Amino acid sequence: MPAEAPFVRAQRGLPGVAAEPGSAKPDPILVADNVARHFGGITAVDVEHLEFQAHAITALIGPNGAGKTTLFNLLTGFDTADDGAWSLRERPLAGVPSYRVARLGMVRTFQLTKALSKLTAIDNMKLGATGQHGERFFDALLPARWKAQEREIERRADALLERFNLAHMRDEFAGTMSGGQRKLLEMARALMTEPEVIMLDEPMAGVNPALTQSLLGHIKALADDGLTVIFVEHDMDVVRDISDWVVVMAEGRVIAEGPHDAIGRNDAVIDAYLGSQHAALTTEDGA
Amino acid sequence: MDWNLVLRTSFEAAFGVDAVIYCLAAIGINLQFGYTGLLNFGQVGFMAVGAYSVGISVNYYHWPWWIGILIGLALSVVLALLLGVPTLRLRADYLAIVTIATGEIIRLIMRAAVLADFSGGSAGLPGDYRRPFFDLSPFDPTGEFPRNNLIGWLPRTLWLDWSGQDFWVMIVGWSLVGIVSFAMWQLIRSPWGRVLRAIREDEEAVRALGKNVYWYKMQSLMIGGGIGCLAGFMFAYAKGSVQPDNYSTAVTFFAYTALILGGTAKIKGPIVGAMILWFVIAFSNQVLRGAKAEGWISDNLMDGTQVGQVRFMIVGLGLMLLLIFRPQGIFGDKKELALDAR
Repeated sequence: MPAEAPFVRAQRGLPGVAAEPGSAKPDPILVADNVARHFGGITAVDVEHLEFQAHAITALIGPNGAGKTTLFNLLTGFDTADDGAWSLRERPLAGVPSYRVARLGMVRTFQLTKALSKLTAIDNMKLGATGQHGERFFDALLPARWKAQEREIERRADALLERFNLAHMRDEFAGTMSGGQRKLLEMARALMTEPEVIMLDEPMAGVNPALTQSLLGHIKALADDGLTVIFVEHDMDVVRDISDWVVVMAEGRVIAEGPHDAIGRNDAVIDAYLGSQHAALTTEDGA
Repeated sequence: MDWNLVLRTSFEAAFGVDAVIYCLAAIGINLQFGYTGLLNFGQVGFMAVGAYSVGISVNYYHWPWWIGILIGLALSVVLALLLGVPTLRLRADYLAIVTIATGEIIRLIMRAAVLADFSGGSAGLPGDYRRPFFDLSPFDPTGEFPRNNLIGWLPRTLWLDWSGQDFWVMIVGWSLVGIVSFAMWQLIRSPWGRVLRAIREDEEAVRALGKNVYWYKMQSLMIGGGIGCLAGFMFAYAKGSVQPDNYSTAVTFFAYTALILGGTAKIKGPIVGAMILWFVIAFSNQVLRGAKAEGWISDNLMDGTQVGQVRFMIVGLGLMLLLIFRPQGIFGDKKELALDAR
């Protein structure tokens, strides 16, 4: 899909990268510094330094209320940060409106799936394409100005529907689809923008277990195609199979980073998920 | 009761000047509300801008008529910007509140006594501004159209005729409806229309796909308002004068009624809706008056002066029944409506 130049798929576990919060990556695509967001007296997000490796799947995990989605919203321009700077391939993004962030190559999906119910699946897909002539008012009045491009977009959309096993739903209203199909449609639609980075907010939420595996497969395939995938999840087990790197947040901060195996043994993470009292008990038991 | 007369009068109303005015107003609302999901409750404000623009530019400034038309369209874009800039970033309700108030503000300013020389105050603008419009008309204003020798072969129920003046307003008005509807049809099936329909469903999703939602909503408000301004031109030309109190909020709601009756987010919705609305209003009026004249309704139940109110009760009841049994309107798609409930 994107990446005209050949890319190097990041290796699992990012060998050579220190497993500590704020560690430097060899090829960072998205870098955040001192990003903070307060809601009244509550600090929702306070991230000192965080780098995301290009062409890797990074899982952003943490218990409920850790600030994962808020961080997503800040990075994609859906919420306004109180402080901080972040950049995509060294292009500063702080203060850039959300629709521009998407055009710059960083596209997101939502935890509560936003399939556009009264549009057909194919219309949902075609909406995703950027730089459409027919989306300008005066050009829209003259079909000759956009028909050719529309055919090209439709071809691309059909190919993606095929890939995400949605081709049979092509002309159905998105509102008639199942929860899992909507997740797939939203992901496929995001790909229509030809992004560099795709940010998935809880892609597995509300999806039945049978579909989870196929969804994970699709996410893996995105990275194999050269995309950088960042996704939010609160269940640690789900991310085991696919994440190259795991970032753990709690109470708005990044408390740990590392390959999945290292994260599972990290005391700070166990504390965050289960409480420090529990950790002490299990150690005494010799477990 | 002369049923031929009842039906003829009703058909005349269905194609008459009121139907064409409300049809244009409803087409504008259809773009804003039906396709984009914007609640513009101040369509009458755009109509007032159009009517007063042609009225004042001819009556007060003695400019050619087409300058008034251009000023009206330009001012309706300005009005859309004024309404949209502060509200379109906020939730949908805010636009509704601001537009309904703005419609009233425009009416109250135009009827202010201090502006009497300029806008005519509460007495309104006399109809001098209409002369250049009717100078263009090929029809004799006192004659009746179409002439009976042209339609004599039709059943008597369809011997519709209008004054030369009304007929000219209708010709121009329905032509505008045709042109505007064709342009809308073209726009809605274009990628531009797809973005609007998507905004109606979920604007955050559209923003996440790199579209400038705010600007699209603004375009929808401006174009819909411009169509409302066309309705205002026709309103000014059809009536003998521009009366400020003809531009009350009720006008907006009648236009919404026509739209919902025909079916929102359908090109022919507002057209058929406006025709049916005015047919039903004229029909119930004629039937009630006829029944009264025949003595079928006793004075205890309703006296002759109450016909006007009772007919709107009947129209309202009919609308309620329609919304209960056919909530999608006449042309709406029940399947689409059912998706909301999921």
